Amino acid sequence: MTGGPTVVVLAFGYLALLFVIAAWGDRRAAQGRSLIGSPTVYALSIAVYCTAWTFYGSVGRAAQFGPSFLLIYLGPTLAMLMAPFVIGKMVRIARAQRITSIADFISARYGKSSSLGALVALIALIGITPYIALQLKAITVSHAVLVNYPQAADLPLADERFWTDRSFWVALVLAVFIILFGTRHLDASERHEGMVAAIAFESLVKLAAFLAVGSFTVFVLFNGPADLFAQAGEHPELTRLLSLASVPGGALGWVGMLVLAFLAFLTLPRQFQVLVVENVDERHIKRASWLFPLYLLVINLFVIPIALAGLLLGGGDSDSFVLTLPLSAGLEALPLLVFIGGLSAATGMMIVETIALSTMVSNQLVMPLLLRSERLHLGTRGELAGWLLGIRRVSILGILLLGYLYHALIGETYSLVTIGLVSFAAACQFAPALLIGLYWRGARGRGAALGMSAGFLVWAWTLLIPGFAQSGWLDPGFLERGPWGIAWLRPYALFGLEGWDIYTHSLLWSLVANVGLLVGVSLFTRPSALEQTQAALFTETMPQGLVPASLWQGQTTRGELRALLDRYLGEAASRRVFAAPPPESDEVDDDQPAPAALTLRAEQALAGSLGSASARVLIDSVAGGEAPDLETVLRILDTTSETLEMNRRLEQQSRELARASEELRAANARLRELDRLKDEFVAMVSHELRTPLTSIRAFAEILRDNRALPDEKREHFLDVVVRESQRLSRLIEEILDLARLESGRLTLSPTRLDLAALTRQSVEAVQRLQEDRGVSLEVAIEPETAWVVGDADRLEQVIINLLDNAGKFAADDDPRVLLRLARHKTHYRLAVEDNGPGIAPDERERVFEKFHQIQHRESGESRGRPRGSGLGLPISRGIVAHLGGRLWIEDAAQLDGACLVMELPEAPAEAPASTDAPDGAPPEDRDAGAAP
Amino acid sequence: MNTPRRKERLVALIVLAALLFSPPLVLIASSADGTSRLVPYVFLAWGTLIALMAWLMERRDEEGRGRGRSDGR
Repeated sequence: MTGGPTVVVLAFGYLALLFVIAAWGDRRAAQGRSLIGSPTVYALSIAVYCTAWTFYGSVGRAAQFGPSFLLIYLGPTLAMLMAPFVIGKMVRIARAQRITSIADFISARYGKSSSLGALVALIALIGITPYIALQLKAITVSHAVLVNYPQAADLPLADERFWTDRSFWVALVLAVFIILFGTRHLDASERHEGMVAAIAFESLVKLAAFLAVGSFTVFVLFNGPADLFAQAGEHPELTRLLSLASVPGGALGWVGMLVLAFLAFLTLPRQFQVLVVENVDERHIKRASWLFPLYLLVINLFVIPIALAGLLLGGGDSDSFVLTLPLSAGLEALPLLVFIGGLSAATGMMIVETIALSTMVSNQLVMPLLLRSERLHLGTRGELAGWLLGIRRVSILGILLLGYLYHALIGETYSLVTIGLVSFAAACQFAPALLIGLYWRGARGRGAALGMSAGFLVWAWTLLIPGFAQSGWLDPGFLERGPWGIAWLRPYALFGLEGWDIYTHSLLWSLVANVGLLVGVSLFTRPSALEQTQAALFTETMPQGLVPASLWQGQTTRGELRALLDRYLGEAASRRVFAAPPPESDEVDDDQPAPAALTLRAEQALAGSLGSASARVLIDSVAGGEAPDLETVLRILDTTSETLEMNRRLEQQSRELARASEELRAANARLRELDRLKDEFVAMVSHELRTPLTSIRAFAEILRDNRALPDEKREHFLDVVVRESQRLSRLIEEILDLARLESGRLTLSPTRLDLAALTRQSVEAVQRLQEDRGVSLEVAIEPETAWVVGDADRLEQVIINLLDNAGKFAADDDPRVLLRLARHKTHYRLAVEDNGPGIAPDERERVFEKFHQIQHRESGESRGRPRGSGLGLPISRGIVAHLGGRLWIEDAAQLDGACLVMELPEAPAEAPASTDAPDGAPPEDRDAGAAP
Repeated sequence: MNTPRRKERLVALIVLAALLFSPPLVLIASSADGTSRLVPYVFLAWGTLIALMAWLMERRDEEGRGRGRSDGR
């Protein structure tokens, strides 16, 4: 249908575009303007999870097994919901320890064990290669469908030599790509920014392509989803396809597949690569934890419609419906777009998976062997940095060719989905060591190794070998009868467990073996010191970087360390390590012992390039590796966790203490202020008492000493003595009143009384005095009667005090005072105004404090007016408050000065009120209409 | 993830997700008579979880510490 050359040009053109994007990403990274520093790009890069298997295989699986394909995406959704906890933790640890791959992670967790790392790398290699083959197969098949349609796309491999097989060339081009963009830095823990940018772009392409073919199917081939589902509803077998009944294994199979996908998502090497190693910023996980599930949901929306449409419109290979549907409609562009989408999905997966695998192979398999070999031992000089990159490049090529080989040899006999799920189950074998190791400090390397090996063997027996058998490589008879006729060893019904779907069956037994051995062996194994430390670091019972440095007891010189780094990482990198803060000056003698922190930095730098196990071996080789004995480690660890716990509690306590001391400080400040006020009060009172006392004494002495004084003069002196005595007793009375008020012991005898009458009476009492002083007093009493509840004597005292006060502060020339009594709602207000200078608003409350009276008194004195004790206003306010009223100052309504307002509630008709009126709080904001 | 409240909510959401995707509810959705409602059910539950997660993850950024408490509507 579509011309072969067009497709080839298009495919390789697309790969060239990837080169451009990756090169751009790398250049931006070098300029420090990262393309991938966004949570959205991070989420898109995680979408490398959706491979060609998703792109073509989902529809195939939906056509055969109904909704079971959804589980492959629900599992990762669950995992991403937990991402803020689980993946966040892995990212933190990986960054601190310069982890390069999942094999490195597991090896580092269990004491940087090189054998464990090698085991993980081997399992990954065996388990994942078929998955890479699957991508190549998808490319080949989709290409064949595209070119050969409408003829069946049968077996292009059989009559083609490998050099005419496009998938071979695709593998080679990808190898070049990965070598260019995947092995730029020696440090594998550094991010491959260009590659991630290309992957994110590919994720967009495959999503767009799939949505395009989905929309075409639903809205062009059919008249919308309603039409499609209505047509499908006429076929009972299609209706049945959409129920749980068509899921292999039913409800049990459902759960099994969910768990399988959940674990595989966290443990597939490529997922670990994009989730953990390539993570730029831990905060990106937040966005990705919902954006990536959303991506999965969207890319799956059209899977069932396409599957139904394919089945309705005439079948064929269900794995190719995505291509054959638009082809059958006679379109040209859409099938090409779909092909490119599938190519994106396949190449994206291959790129990341190959980088992850090649890092594992070079760091966990090849390097440890090279380090052990005599030829490369430390005696020889020369730079090994180039070697390292070379190893990684060769392994990239090797892995892709291995994938191609697998594809060429047995790819024909597998359907897409089968291979994918088998690989998933293999990756799941890492999950116990990974996840349990993250949360249980007691998990031991030996347990992990044994568990993983056992799980792998069970996996091979229950999934891999039967797969070979079904491909015709082995006699499939043992599937039915068991090997050598041993029925309980049948791969699909181990120990007689029958009726389960093969994946759930395999997952159950392999995980039982894996977890069982991991836990069981760990419980009976003593860990090495290093393992103990690493376990504590990974389970975060100990802060990163605390102990390794302090634990390090091996000794080496700076010179040896520098030589080691020069040799393996090159001089530039070793200079960086030595220059990192705190800078190690070059002048220091190379024969000096290297400090622990420097040794640790050197080990981390080596770990970033070689993996943690090899880094450890190298450091040990120069530092003697005298790790501290177990007792020391245990003691330090226990102390550390206890200290941490103690710290937490201490922190809490110190927070509480801080709060309490804050309160104490405030209380203390208030007490000091009160104390100061009291002192002032005492000083003031003494002063006030002494003045009349002095004059009494002086005049009394004159009278005693000068018996011959004229009567007139004697009379005058006696008058002064009497007046001053009266003033003294008045003062003492006031002080007593104040003391009683403040201690709450003031006794009032409230009765129902007429405030209007009382006011008139008070005015009469002071009128003469005021007139003598030249103050003109105006009185405006509006109500005839004003019944309030009060103590007549005390109230009179208040009113007189107010009038007296106003008289004192009225203007010097033509002093005037105005008294008004008016009704205000349910209260009576008695306002006394003067035409004096007034009181500033912020002073108004302070004049009721006894100590500010001093200033008042002084200012009054300076104007030559009669002085008071200065206690009048506080006492008045206390009395009014006791009677349930208020006393405050506001702007004078008619005169210019201050206006003191007393407000008392109206008495209830005839019934005497209670004396226990609450203290009247002075209102801050009174309405202006208060004064008429 | 800074405050205990958010951790608790996230844990609750994970439990809810596990519940929604597990057989008891899935069986109920599947056994609806005649046409199976399993697929619409799964997509609905899936979308709801994603929306809840997005709400939980994105809301925190623009919000001060004090307000975290009051929005338990």
